[in-house]
Amino acid sequence: MKNDRGDIELAGVCKSFDGVTNVVDGVNLKIADGAYCCFIGPSGCGKTTILRMIAGHDDPTAGEIVIGGQNVVGLAPVQRRTAMMFQSYALFPHLTVRENIAFALRVRGQSKADRLRAADAMIEKVRLTSFADRLPAQLSGGQQQRVALARAAITEPRVLLLDEPLSALDEQLRVQMRQELRRMQQELGITFIHVTHTQLEAIALADLVVVMEQGRIKQAGAAREVYAHPHDRYVAEFMGGQNVLSGRVEKVNGASFTLAQAAPSGIEVPLQARPTVSVGDKVDIAVRRDDVALVRPGRELPPGCTASLPSRVLAIEYQGYFVKVMLDTVPDDEFVAYVPEKTFFADPFTVGDVVMATWATGSALPLA
Amino acid sequence: MSAVLADMPGTVAPATTKAIAPSKGGRPWTFYVLAALFVAYVLALYGPMFCIYILSFQDIRGGLVFPMKGQSLHWFIDLFTQVRTGDVKGSFDRSIKLAVIVTIITVVVSFLAGLGFRKRFRGDTFVFYMMIGSLVAPGLVLGLGTGLLFQALGLNASWYTSALGAQLSWTLPFGVLVMFAVMSRFNHAWEEAAYDLGASRWQSIWLVMIPVLAPGLVAVALFGFTLSYDEFARSLQTAGSLNTLPLEIWSMTLNVTSPSLYALGTVTTIVSFVVIGASLGTIVLIQKKRGSRAKGQE
Repeated sequence: MKNDRGDIELAGVCKSFDGVTNVVDGVNLKIADGAYCCFIGPSGCGKTTILRMIAGHDDPTAGEIVIGGQNVVGLAPVQRRTAMMFQSYALFPHLTVRENIAFALRVRGQSKADRLRAADAMIEKVRLTSFADRLPAQLSGGQQQRVALARAAITEPRVLLLDEPLSALDEQLRVQMRQELRRMQQELGITFIHVTHTQLEAIALADLVVVMEQGRIKQAGAAREVYAHPHDRYVAEFMGGQNVLSGRVEKVNGASFTLAQAAPSGIEVPLQARPTVSVGDKVDIAVRRDDVALVRPGRELPPGCTASLPSRVLAIEYQGYFVKVMLDTVPDDEFVAYVPEKTFFADPFTVGDVVMATWATGSALPLA
Repeated sequence: MSAVLADMPGTVAPATTKAIAPSKGGRPWTFYVLAALFVAYVLALYGPMFCIYILSFQDIRGGLVFPMKGQSLHWFIDLFTQVRTGDVKGSFDRSIKLAVIVTIITVVVSFLAGLGFRKRFRGDTFVFYMMIGSLVAPGLVLGLGTGLLFQALGLNASWYTSALGAQLSWTLPFGVLVMFAVMSRFNHAWEEAAYDLGASRWQSIWLVMIPVLAPGLVAVALFGFTLSYDEFARSLQTAGSLNTLPLEIWSMTLNVTSPSLYALGTVTTIVSFVVIGASLGTIVLIQKKRGSRAKGQE
């Protein structure tokens, strides 16, 4: 019986190219069948290597890669029933769109009539019918991407692997093609694994976001969880949208602790998932940029806010529905408030103004 | 934004002086200097050859130097009918056959070397320098050595053994160098994509690599052919008893004192141009074929 399950399990996967350093260092991960999974991290973090190992283009130095309950290490991509979409699409330059898409069927020995019929059906699916006889060089970036997608999908894979599929496109097209990827994934109903270094892309698309650093998984979870509840300073800073503060624990009282800071009263932080905090520990906390409110000195803090950090406005960027205000709250580190447009222009600040940065006590998040 | 603009009403004054005079289609003086240089270069390159071509069309009174005496094809007929001018037809035959063999071997070996050097391997630079080394070796010495080696081994030197080997020592490094340049533009992701789509190694070479590299392979073939066709130094001591064409021409310069010699020069040049034209035509054809298939639906 044909096994169509596309669930993936990585168990202790390591990869070393030189035998000294591990590019991928003991990765364990489960990806559900039919999930859209994004690997995200800076370049050189090992995300593409993991993708290539799942695809069968690199072999792990250690560990197992299980697809649909079957260890696939050592198998060719065809036997794994995976398909890869390469970073620059790698369309064959001498073949037309139709021939590119039919290539996989050609090497399987399908008759010309059969494979061209199948290719034409796929071309229709990706809405390229009028371009079927063009060469890749005569297509736009978005069209090339669709050809690449169709070429990979015609093999009926159970897992589709995408290596930075949107990086070759310009900003506007990227958003459009992002939706198209998601639509294709739902239409095909197979597992997509997508490697990117763009945070927005990852959280917009993925059911499962995997944040990587130096060959290790830093955090894996639903997009919202990774964005709103980063596990540590690295994830918080990499995913963005958070201000990270650090300080020493001044006192621990029941459900919260107080962080010594430049603030007159210290910063009160709910303990949440961090049960082990003792006085004197150095702790990082995260505060979402859109949770930060700015109050002029001397004015009353909004209800629920206890921390108030005196800051000077360094720069202001208008972003449309919000205003990005950069502050010198934390020495040598970024501290940014996303102020809703209407709130900001009710009482606009200018560069150099002194403000108090504050937030609802409950919204501060201690980091590991 | 609007406040900023309102603050500086006078800053966008119309330009009164022009920093650079706009071009009126005139060319700078450097153009004429470079053009003159180019003309001189072309004259130096083709002038001597045209002297030969022109003088080969003299009539029966013709001599080896200007002025030209009459116009006819006499010396071309003389070339192919007279025995005293030497074995032109035979040597031409041999040269073409040899060039074809050299071309085939050069293309195949260069392609394989290109495949081999896609990835780094232990001692790859050493192998590379070993290959390039024979380019640096003086041809006459290399030919002499080849001849001596054959003699020492008790083999008869001939154009299809020792001369073939000596010529390959010249064409292979060139072919490999050209192939490297061609391969550097080959995106290895194409090969990976073929593998990913289920192509075997052979299918990936046959259906992807060779068609994509075809224009480059034609270029390597052209190199192999022309280098072999007019190779002299390496063939001199290795061709054995039967001459190749360049050797025949050389021996004719020693004992033939008629414009037949020039006629031969004209004929061999025409052959060269036909070969080059055919090669370039093939490349153009390959590209056109792709283009026309691509335009099918428009």
